[in-house]
Amino acid sequence: MANLVVSGIILGSIITLGAVGLTLLYGIVNFGNFAHGDMMTLGAYIALLMTATIFPALGLVDTPIGPLSFGWVMLVSFLPAMGVTGLAAIAADRLVYRRLRERRVRPIMLAIAALAVAFVMRSVIYILWGADFHFYSQGLRTTWKLPLGITLRPDQVVVLVVAWAMVVGLYTFLQRTKTGKALRALADNPDLARVSGIATERMITLTWFIGGAMAAAAGILLGIDSQVRPEMGWLMLLPLFAAVILGGIGNAYGALAGGLILGVVQQVSTAFMSPSYKPAVAFIIMILVLLVRPQGIFGGSKSS
Amino acid sequence: MTENGSGRLLEVADVVSGYGEMEILHGVTLHVDRGEIVSLIGPNGAGKSTVIKTIFGLVPAWSGQVVFDGEPITALPPEQIVRRGISYVPQVENIFPSLTVEENLEMGAYLREDDFRPQMERIYQMFPEIADRRRTPAGKLSGGMRQMVAFGRAMMLEPQMLLLDEPSAGLAPLVVELIFETVVNINRQAGVTILMVEQNARKALEISHRGYVLVDGRNRVEGTGRELLANEEIGRLFLGG
Amino acid sequence: MTGILTFTAGFLAMAGIFAIMSLALNVHWGYTGLFNIGIAGFFAVGAYTSALVTSPMPAGVQAQYVEQAFGLDQPFLVGVLAAGIVSGLVAWIIGFPTLRLREDYLAIATIGISETIRLIFNNARWLANGPQGLVGIKQPLREWLIERGMPPNFYNFFYLVIVILLMVLIYLALERGIRSPWGRVLRAIREDEVVPETVGKDVFRFKMQSLVLGAVIMGIGGALYAHFARAIQPSVFTPLFGTFVVWVMLILGGSGNNKGAILGAFIVWAIWSGSAYLIRQVVPVEFSAQAPYIRLLLIGLLLLFILLTRPQGLLGEEKEVSRLT
Repeated sequence: MANLVVSGIILGSIITLGAVGLTLLYGIVNFGNFAHGDMMTLGAYIALLMTATIFPALGLVDTPIGPLSFGWVMLVSFLPAMGVTGLAAIAADRLVYRRLRERRVRPIMLAIAALAVAFVMRSVIYILWGADFHFYSQGLRTTWKLPLGITLRPDQVVVLVVAWAMVVGLYTFLQRTKTGKALRALADNPDLARVSGIATERMITLTWFIGGAMAAAAGILLGIDSQVRPEMGWLMLLPLFAAVILGGIGNAYGALAGGLILGVVQQVSTAFMSPSYKPAVAFIIMILVLLVRPQGIFGGSKSS
Repeated sequence: MTENGSGRLLEVADVVSGYGEMEILHGVTLHVDRGEIVSLIGPNGAGKSTVIKTIFGLVPAWSGQVVFDGEPITALPPEQIVRRGISYVPQVENIFPSLTVEENLEMGAYLREDDFRPQMERIYQMFPEIADRRRTPAGKLSGGMRQMVAFGRAMMLEPQMLLLDEPSAGLAPLVVELIFETVVNINRQAGVTILMVEQNARKALEISHRGYVLVDGRNRVEGTGRELLANEEIGRLFLGG
Repeated sequence: MTGILTFTAGFLAMAGIFAIMSLALNVHWGYTGLFNIGIAGFFAVGAYTSALVTSPMPAGVQAQYVEQAFGLDQPFLVGVLAAGIVSGLVAWIIGFPTLRLREDYLAIATIGISETIRLIFNNARWLANGPQGLVGIKQPLREWLIERGMPPNFYNFFYLVIVILLMVLIYLALERGIRSPWGRVLRAIREDEVVPETVGKDVFRFKMQSLVLGAVIMGIGGALYAHFARAIQPSVFTPLFGTFVVWVMLILGGSGNNKGAILGAFIVWAIWSGSAYLIRQVVPVEFSAQAPYIRLLLIGLLLLFILLTRPQGLLGEEKEVSRLT
């Protein structure tokens, strides 16, 4: 059980990383980004392209650091993957969402467009990389045996550290910087933000970049923790939304707690049922929250 | 009544505007001199708020002209107008609820490149009630205090002029008194010219240098606050007495 | 020649089944504004229910290979009816926690239920044979017709008639419903929930009725699919095939227009089937594994293209329908 809790925290950290971006976007662009899971997948595959093709072509072959299954090349690959995914998110905004926004369509139409974007992204991934699953490295996956029957892979420690470093980084940005505060202000009250001189479109672009980059990081971490495959992000969509709803839509702190709770509950549930039901567990938690406390445990910035 | 001013600050000439196809203002002409408090009163649906929104560029003017400080601002968007020294306090949703009081003020200063701390301190001195709650999310404050935060946010750019949209709406009677006192303070202490729309016409006129009565998208009567208060017809129609 | 004909009959039957799904989605989205992106779930529930209700319990050697929770060996129409009822029940259950909340909660809940349903059919082997699914699903009057001299490959024509008949029936019923006072309330809810609420309409009840009605039709569509394909596996009812394609159909044809829903279904199904053939011709053999995803890409781009250039779809909403009286 302790082991499941630990692996739940690791999974939860990945969910959190995706969910904070999703909830931030929810607050700013006011629709559910159904392409968020597939942005995770895109990030994971761009990192795969870097580690398996581009860096080796430049003569840089990854050599594992210490007990890890990967080395610096993997870690450096985060940057281009996050950058490209962030830019892809901005591109989707420019090509699709902004045009719809300018026509003042209902937010739900943007959600449909996001669904289409999700399918386009995934089909491109299928076409370029095929349906098989991949691993980032062929390196040996060492396992540490800890007390209480906890097994931990050194890779997972990196997953944890990277995820939390990014989450803490984002929170610091939102709390401490002028731009971060302006983002929160925009999520709080778009009209007032506008009359205060906050440039809405620039903030939206920035949010897409942050959301895309964080989703990419979450995707890579998920790939490190398990494997890289085209459906990986789609299957995370339900836990991501469940975490966002649990924490209250638009509430970044809530998403953090929601992500951890979901990760742990999903993993612990595998003690009682087949692991393939994990997305269903996320769904049931979400339904329970909606029944009991629809504004989320921590309340949203824009509930109902 | 322009004893503490020196000439025109805002001039609205024959402005027509509305939402979509619907014309709300059919030609509004008014002016505000430097240092004045001017109230815009009138029945519900007369288009009082639309006047302010049109001045601030939130509702585009179909025709007519708005001149501020000698320069036309008619076609400018709000984010440009705010740079020229006009701040606007909406009637509702005029704060950032999840941001702290201090962050609300900081957002008011969003366009400032220089150090806004001195102005923030002046605002805290003017509104000591909110100074004690700098770290409280503004949404957790009482209605009166929220209104102070809203005023404070609007004053962070040290505007020459404030546009207030029904500042006393929805507040308890005691708080209404406080808000009107605050408006006078902002005008006297900070030297900010004020154009406000008010439902609470009598109170508004009592503190105003001048007032306009707006009926059906046109300004009908103009006069000093005292004149309008003394006018029987206006008293009967709009002042509830 | 007969090959082309039977192919055409099969093509039209599938298009008709999708037209029924598209009509059902039109009840949800086009007329009420309910954002259901879990059509695949209702599709699967309908298909499996009808398959289980109409097939006999596996016996003998077959029982060693096929597990199913029950097999009632009932006639086709009982299966279709049961499919509608069970699918409607599922909708009722998820409508409860979500229909009072903001509209995208329903969307997420429907994704959730459809994924959950797929997982259950995939993992619970005792229920409907797990990933292998059910095969040899009964077709109405097939044996009876063949005994009377119908060549087996002509059966698709007969089935096509059943599908078109049901499609037309559903179309007529929906057209009536949507022009009734009830339909007007639905459309008022779609435009703005507050207005019907202020005139005393129980918005939640109307939304629930719409959700359940659409789901019942989706269940019927699922049943028709099961008896047409004669074999179903969980892998059929993916978000892509079961949900996304239906959305593209409705948006292309014109949401809020039942004729548009049908037109869209036939066009998209033609593109879908035709592009499979074309892509096979164009794409080199070594990339044949990727070919299905090119199709997915095209359909995704098609939806974006419609949303950006002609959001009202080909036909748009019918004028006399949208007039509020």
